Amino acid sequence: MSDGEPLVRWQWIADHGAELADYTALHLRLGLLPVLFGLLVSVPLGILCHRRRRLYPPVLTVANILYSIPSLALFMVFVRYTGLTEQTVMIPLTLYTLSVLVPNVVDGLASVPEPVRLAATAMGFGTVRRVLQVELPIAVPVVIAGVRVAAVSSISLVAVGQLIGQGGLGYYITRGLQLDFPTPIVTAIVLIMLLALATDALLVLAQRLLTPWSRNRVTTA
Amino acid sequence: MIRFDAVSKKYPNGTTAVDEVTVELAEGAITILVGPSGCGKTTTLRMINRMVEPTAGTVSLRGRDIREVDAPELRRGIGYVIQHAGLFPHRTVLDNIATVPLLLGWGRKKARARAAELLELVGLPAEMAKRYPNQLSGGQQQRVGVARALGADPPVLLMDEPFSAVDPIVRAELQTEFARLQKELHKTIVFVTHDIDEAIRLGDRIAVFRDGGRLAQFDTPERLLSHPADDFVAGFVGQDRGIRRLSFVQAAGLPLRDGPVLPVTSPVTAARALDEPWVLVVDDARRPLGWTPVADLPESGTLADAALVPLGHTFSLVGDSARAALDSALLSPARLAVGVDADGAVVGVADAYELTAGAAPARRTDAAGSTVAADSAGGDR
Ligand SMILES: Nc1ncnc2c1ncn2[C@@H]1O[C@H](COP(=O)(O)OP(=O)(O)OP(=O)(O)O)[C@@H](O)[C@H]1O
Ligand SMILES: [Mg+2]
Repeated sequence: MSDGEPLVRWQWIADHGAELADYTALHLRLGLLPVLFGLLVSVPLGILCHRRRRLYPPVLTVANILYSIPSLALFMVFVRYTGLTEQTVMIPLTLYTLSVLVPNVVDGLASVPEPVRLAATAMGFGTVRRVLQVELPIAVPVVIAGVRVAAVSSISLVAVGQLIGQGGLGYYITRGLQLDFPTPIVTAIVLIMLLALATDALLVLAQRLLTPWSRNRVTTA
Repeated sequence: MIRFDAVSKKYPNGTTAVDEVTVELAEGAITILVGPSGCGKTTTLRMINRMVEPTAGTVSLRGRDIREVDAPELRRGIGYVIQHAGLFPHRTVLDNIATVPLLLGWGRKKARARAAELLELVGLPAEMAKRYPNQLSGGQQQRVGVARALGADPPVLLMDEPFSAVDPIVRAELQTEFARLQKELHKTIVFVTHDIDEAIRLGDRIAVFRDGGRLAQFDTPERLLSHPADDFVAGFVGQDRGIRRLSFVQAAGLPLRDGPVLPVTSPVTAARALDEPWVLVVDDARRPLGWTPVADLPESGTLADAALVPLGHTFSLVGDSARAALDSALLSPARLAVGVDADGAVVGVADAYELTAGAAPARRTDAAGSTVAADSAGGDR
């Protein structure tokens, strides 16, 4: 960094307002769509693992191994099939969410008290209805806790996608490094952090709205 | 009517939970399943709604083998209440109660109207409808559990230790209301408990199980106390079953003596002349006013000047049981039970010993309240 260059040039930010907004939206999409896809995979997979306990350890192992592969390596694998596209970034990010979301779905279902499950069966819920109308709704707080972790980590991981030219706000980090110009780097980092915080806050709000029953606990005998 | 025909249940791990049970449970009555932990009560209960399938024998409901009915469909017609209520934490009280009507496709509006009715029936205020289960006390949750089981007005109700997770005072309250409810509803109820007092209090018939899932005795509460089939049952119903049995003996037949009873107009000298520590003061219609300790009487005057100690409880010779008479003796300051007639006039008194000794040859009531000739060969003293 050249001497005398300030950390942030406000004029640059003002000049690039519209472009920054576009990249922020792109970043959000690249970060959150994988969480949505991850959830779509994890819920049925988690239900299956909950019902067939023997499946759970191998599924969890696979999810954890996927999570341990460096993102760069995964991008390179998928570039061969999907090129330098958004999918190439989103597929690995989706796979990463599984190591958080699957255990949370399983734990959420396990958090359903046995008497509740029993009562549902005894009242004549069939299996499908019981899972959809009783067990999943009760699992929601635990699942959302997982979604929060997955969303925050996914949003911060998007920037790495810049290595294949699809990194959302990560674009400004590489640009800043190339030009030896700190303003875009700092701006991108702050925006990514704000996105993560805002997403997390919205998820907390969503959980409060979705599960009014999990608050106002009174302790009873 | 629920019929078990040589029903056994062996779990895959080799445990025989229920062993060749044959029994017929009467329609519209409360049958209690009682016995030590692990003797197969819950297993027996769950075979009625197919949550457990027998490994031998058949269970039939109103003459129909229950295996012919699709399990979820069968269950919607059988209410089920469990120990920890098992309410759905994510649904309001009203929606919890509306569960089975909704499953049956009544539609939300009708189901909720029905649920509101049931909320009232189990003695909960309407404001509770919108609460979530975690905002209720244990006793309230249990009431909601009963209301939910009654949702679609099923003819049969299965209850697995429904009142055992609440404290004794709430339990007694729930039992009383449950008995009241049953008087109105006449459901066929199968009720599991490990509490013999609860069994005797609520049951029309009691099935005592022993370890290994065998039926030890199936009888009325009163027969169980007076004629336990063997030592196991005798031990299970308890050492104090002689006293428990008094609940089934009418007070009318108890031997009473005149005792230290004086009208309020008597002079205090008459009270001293009786040479008793306590005197029961009665009005001109012989209705009891209270006990007075003779040692504290004034020098002269009448008993109207005496300080009276409240009676505690009297018992009525019409309608009360010998158990009430015994309670009245134990709670009285003079340790004497005061028996009154239909007009409330004192008939006589007796102490606890006289009451328990006198109860044996007395006449007793069966569960339906009619009088039957008793025999003194109960063998419980
Ligand atoms: N799913 C199961 N697999 C194996 N054994 C079981 C199973 N369920 C119950 N048992 C065994 O069957 C026997 C009867 O169990 P059950 O639950 O019917 O007893 P219970 O009379 O209800 O006991 P408690 O008073 O403790 O509730 C016990 O020995 C129990 O360990
Ligand atoms: Mg049990």
